[in-house]
Amino acid sequence: MPRVLLRRAGDLLFVSFGVSILSFLMIRLIPGDAVQLMLGANAEVTQSQIDALRHQLGLDQPFVQQYVTWIGRVLHGDFGVSLTTGRPVLTEIAAAAGVTAELTVLGLAGAILLAIPLGCAMASLRSPAASLAMRLLSITGITVPSFWLGIMLLYGASELAPGWAAVGWLPLSEDPLGNLHRLLLPALSIALPVVASLARFLRATMSDALQQDYIRTARAKGLRERVVLLRHALRNALIPFVTQTGIMTGYLFGGSVVVEQVFALPGLGRLMVGAIADRDYALVQAAILLATLVFVCVNAVVDLLYALIDPRVRAA
Amino acid sequence: MIVGSKLVLGLGAALVVLLALGAVMAPWLSPFGPNAQDILARLGAPDTDHWLGTDNFGRDVFARVLFGLRTMFAVSALSVLGATVVGGAMGLTAAWCGGVVDRLVMRLADVFFAFPIILLAIGIIALLGPSAFSAAAAIAVAYVPIFARTLRGPALQLRFSEFVEAARAIGAGTPRILLRHLLPNLASVVFVQVSLSLSTAILVEASLSFLGLGTQPPTPSLGRMLAESRDYLDLSPWPAVFSGAAILLASLGFNLLGDGLAERLDPRLRRT
Repeated sequence: MPRVLLRRAGDLLFVSFGVSILSFLMIRLIPGDAVQLMLGANAEVTQSQIDALRHQLGLDQPFVQQYVTWIGRVLHGDFGVSLTTGRPVLTEIAAAAGVTAELTVLGLAGAILLAIPLGCAMASLRSPAASLAMRLLSITGITVPSFWLGIMLLYGASELAPGWAAVGWLPLSEDPLGNLHRLLLPALSIALPVVASLARFLRATMSDALQQDYIRTARAKGLRERVVLLRHALRNALIPFVTQTGIMTGYLFGGSVVVEQVFALPGLGRLMVGAIADRDYALVQAAILLATLVFVCVNAVVDLLYALIDPRVRAA
Repeated sequence: MIVGSKLVLGLGAALVVLLALGAVMAPWLSPFGPNAQDILARLGAPDTDHWLGTDNFGRDVFARVLFGLRTMFAVSALSVLGATVVGGAMGLTAAWCGGVVDRLVMRLADVFFAFPIILLAIGIIALLGPSAFSAAAAIAVAYVPIFARTLRGPALQLRFSEFVEAARAIGAGTPRILLRHLLPNLASVVFVQVSLSLSTAILVEASLSFLGLGTQPPTPSLGRMLAESRDYLDLSPWPAVFSGAAILLASLGFNLLGDGLAERLDPRLRRT
C-alpha cells in the first residue's frame, strides 16, 4: 500500500509539472504573435496597446523568469483575467466546471447503475445466439455518437411530449427538480455508450470468474445460481470493473464536453470552444491545466480504490 | 463461437468496404454536388430525386453524407497512420532498449492513456487553430501512447525469442531484426489496434467537427452537418438522422472489424 501511494504521488508530481510546462508554452508557441491575435485584426490597435498587453502577460521577460513568475501566480490561484469578460479566469472556470462535473457524475452514476445488472444478466445468458446478439448490440452501443443520441432524444422528446424537454441550465441550488429535469436527457446521452461498454466488460470478466474452481465449489455445495452469480462471481469481477470505470470517467467527461453543446449547458466544453474562437488563451490555458490535474487525481483515487478492494494489491 | 466471430468480422468488413466505396466513388454515385443548392427543394423528406432528403439550403443530403464520409475517412486515416508510425516506433524502441528508456516511454504513455482525448485534442487545436488538419494532428497525438503501449508488450516477448537470436547469430543488424523479423510478427496486433482506433478516431473527428473545431466549411463534414441540422430539427429531422447514422455506421464497421480480427488472430481470446 505505501508503495502504491508513493508511486501515485510521483506520477502526480511528474504529470503536474509536465502539464504546467505545456500549458505555459501554449500561449508562446502559437504561430504568429499571440498578443496581436488576442487584440484582434482591429486596425485601431496601436503598438502601445500591444506592448501594454505583452507587458501585462509578462511576455517581455526572459523565458525562465516568465515560467517562474507564472507558476508562482498559478500556485496562488491567480490564473489571470479573461480577455473577453474581464473577470478572473478562475471564476469563469469554476462556474462552468460545476455544470460539467454534475453532468459527468450523473452520467457515471447512471452508467454504473445500469451496467451492473445488465452485465450480470448478460453473463447468465450463455447460448451462442444470445452471445452473438449481445456482442453486436453492445458494440453498436459503444459506437453511438453521444451528441447524435442527444439530438435524437431531444427530437423524440419534442415529438412525443411537446413542451416537456427543456434545454438550458438551472442551478441545483435554485431549482433542484428543474436542474435534474434538464440534465436527464444529456446524462442519458453520455451514459448509454458507457453502459454498453461497461456491461460488455463486466460480462467478460464475470464469464472468466464463472469458470473458476470456487464457482464449482459454490455450486457443488448447493447454492442457488443467483447467489453464485451475485455473491461469488460478481464480487470478484467488480475489481477490474472499478479500474475500467475509472478509465470510462475520462470518456464520460469528453462526452459531456460535446453534449453540452446540444443541450445549451454552460459547461467547460462551451467555455473552451468559445475561448478558442475568441482567442482567449489565458482561459484555455487554465482550463486545460485544471482539468488535467483533476484527471490525474481521479486516476490516483481509482488506483487507491483498487488497492482497497483487492487485498493482493494492498499487500504489494 | 467461431461462427459468431466470422459473422462479426464479415459484417464489419462489409460495412467498411461499402462506406469506403461510397466515399471514394462519391462524385460518380451522387447525381448532385455536395454544395449544389436547390432553393425550391429546401428541407425535403427523402424522395426519388433526393434519396435522403435535402437540408436548409436545398443541398442533397445523400451527396453531403458521401462527401462527408470522404473527409472523415481522410482525417481519421491520416491521424491513425501517424499514431501507428510514431507510437509503434516508441513502443518498439521501449521494448528493445529496456531500462530507463522503457520506463520513461511507458510512464509517459500511462499518463496519457487515461486522459480524456477530447481535452487533449482541444488543447492542440487551440494551438494550431481549428481546421481538418489540426483535428488530424490532435487525434494523432492523442493516439500515439495507445500504439506505444499496444506494441511494447508483444515486442518485449519477441525480443528474447529464438528466431530473434537466430537472426542475430547469422549477423543481422538491429534495424534489420526490428523491421524484417519483429514487425511482421506484430502485424496482427497492429491490424487489430488500427481498426479499433479508426473506430474511435471517427467519433473524435465527428465530435471536433461538431464543436466547430475540425473540418471547416465549405468542405462537407458529417459532424458539422449534424451541428447545423439542429437549427431546423423541427422542420426536418432527416439531415440530422442520416449524418449521425453515417458516423455511427462508419465507427461500427471498424469496431466490428477490429473485434472480429482480435478474436481470429488471437487464439487466447477465442474463449470469450
